[in-house]
Amino acid sequence: MTEQAIVSDPPSVGPVKHEDLSLLQEVAMRTPGDPNLEMCIQCGTCGGSCPSASAMDHTPRAIFAMLRAGMREDVMKSNTPWMCVACYYCTVRCPQEIHITDVMYTLKNMSLEANIGHNATASDFSKTFISLVETYGRSFEIGLAGFHNVRHFITRLPSITPMAVGMLTKKGMSPLPPRRIKGMDQLKKILKRAKELEAE
Amino acid sequence: MSDYLYYPGCSMESSAKAYEASVEAVCKPLGINLHEIEDWNCCGATEYLSLDLTPAYSLIARNLALAQEQANGTKTVLAACSACYLNLSKADHYMHDDKAFGKKINIALAAGGLHYDPGQLVIRHLLDVMFNEVGLDKIKEKVVKPLTGLRVASYIGCMVPRPDYNSRISDTEYPYELDDLLKALGAEVIDFPLKTACCGGHMTQIGPDTAFELIRRLISAADQYKADALVALCPMCQMNLDAFQGQMNGYFHTNYHMPILFFTQLMGIAFGEKPENLGFGSELVSAHAAMKRIGIQTPEPAPAKPVAKKPAGLPMPPPRVRAGQQNTGNQEASE
Repeated sequence: MTEQAIVSDPPSVGPVKHEDLSLLQEVAMRTPGDPNLEMCIQCGTCGGSCPSASAMDHTPRAIFAMLRAGMREDVMKSNTPWMCVACYYCTVRCPQEIHITDVMYTLKNMSLEANIGHNATASDFSKTFISLVETYGRSFEIGLAGFHNVRHFITRLPSITPMAVGMLTKKGMSPLPPRRIKGMDQLKKILKRAKELEAE
Repeated sequence: MSDYLYYPGCSMESSAKAYEASVEAVCKPLGINLHEIEDWNCCGATEYLSLDLTPAYSLIARNLALAQEQANGTKTVLAACSACYLNLSKADHYMHDDKAFGKKINIALAAGGLHYDPGQLVIRHLLDVMFNEVGLDKIKEKVVKPLTGLRVASYIGCMVPRPDYNSRISDTEYPYELDDLLKALGAEVIDFPLKTACCGGHMTQIGPDTAFELIRRLISAADQYKADALVALCPMCQMNLDAFQGQMNGYFHTNYHMPILFFTQLMGIAFGEKPENLGFGSELVSAHAAMKRIGIQTPEPAPAKPVAKKPAGLPMPPPRVRAGQQNTGNQEASE
C-alpha cells in the first residue's frame, strides 16, 4: 500500500469524520457581512436569551449544531427562524459575535425556497405585508391585519373586534389603503432587478 | 437651528399619529428642523428581510439613495420608529462593510436610476439626537410644566440599543438615556428591569400566546413598580402594549390598566403644549386618570358599557377591594 492511498482513504469509523460544511457555508455566504457562523462554541447563550424560545422546536444553539451537521431538511422544516422576534439579545450577547438575527433571516429565505413545510402563519404574514408594500410603496396596517386574521385566526375575530374598533376610532387609522408613492414604477424596477440578482 | 433629513415611516401615518404629532410639536421649540425625505417608501420592517434579502435591502436603500440626493447641507437622517431606524442603519452598515454586497444593491438601485454611496449618511434615532445633540440642559430650559408626581416606567425596547452598529446608546441592555430625559422633565422614573425587553414584535400576528406572555411581563412589571404610565419610543412597542393589552388581560384573566405613552407626548406636556396637539386620547388604554394626577386634562375615555348581569349562582362573599386601588392586576401585583 502506498502512502498516497493511506492519505486519500480516511477511516470510515471513529470520532473524526470529514465534516460536510456545505450547508453552513451556504448560509454564511448568503448573509450580508461575515456572520461568524463557523465560530459557534455551542454555549447556548442565544437560546437562554431568546424571548420566544419556548415557541421554537429547536433553540438557536441546536440549529447551529444542525447546520454544522448538514441536516438541511430538518433546519428548513424548523419553525425556529420564523419565531425569531428580531430583538437582537442573542446577537449582542453571543461571545463569538455571531450575527444570529441576520442568520435567522437567511434561514427564513432558504426555508421558503426549499418549501418543505415551515410555519405558514409566519411566512404568510410576511408575504401579505410585502404584497401590500409592493402595491403601494407603503405598508397598509389595517388591511394587513384584517386579511391576515381572517385567513389564519378566524376564531379569534370576536376577541379582536373591540381593538379593531379602537384602531379606527381612537387611533384614527384609515380603513382605506395608503396613497401610492410617486416613484412606484421606479420602485418596481428596482425590486424586479433585485429579485433577478437574488436568483443568480 | 439644526437640520435633519426625516424618515417618518408608515406607522406614523396610521397607528402612531400621536407620535407624529408630538414629534413635530417638540422638535420646533428645540430648534430641530425636520426635512421629510420626499417620496420615501416603507422600510419593509422585519418582513421583507424574512422573504428575500436582496430586494429587502434594495427597498431600504431606495430611501437612502433619495436621502442622499435630497441632502442639502445635512447628512443626518433622523427616524423616530425603532424598526425604521434599525433597517436604514443596517442597510448602510452592511453595504459599507461588505463591498460586494453594497455593489449588488447598487446594481438593483441603478435599475431605477438611483445610487447610494454607503457611509455617506449618518442614521440616528430621535432619542439619540435628543440626548446627545440637543442635550438635557436645553430640554430642561424649555420645561414650563414639570411632570412632578408622575411615576413612569421608561421602556426603550430592542432595536435602538441593539445591535447599535455605531455605539450611540450607553448600553445594549440597560441604557440610561430615556430615564435621564424623563427625569429632566420632572417625572419620577422607576428602575425598570425590563426596559429593553421585547414587546413581542410581530408575534401578535403569528404566535399570539407568545406575544401575550411578553406583553404581560412588561405590563405586570410596570404595574408592580406602581408606575402611572409606561413610556415608549417605538410605534410597534406602543401598539403591542396598548392595543393588545385588552386581549392580554382576557387571555390571562387579569385586569391591568397601564397607559402607554410616547416620550415625545410627555415632553410636549412638560413644554406646555396642549394635550390635544400631542395625540392624547388616541391611546386605547386611557391615560386620562394618570395625567389628571398631575393636573393635566386629557380627553376623557368613553364610559364603559354596563356589563350584562350574569346569573348570580350560589351566594359568595363579595371580592375585597381596597379604597383607592387603581391598578388591580393579579393577586401578587396588588398585594
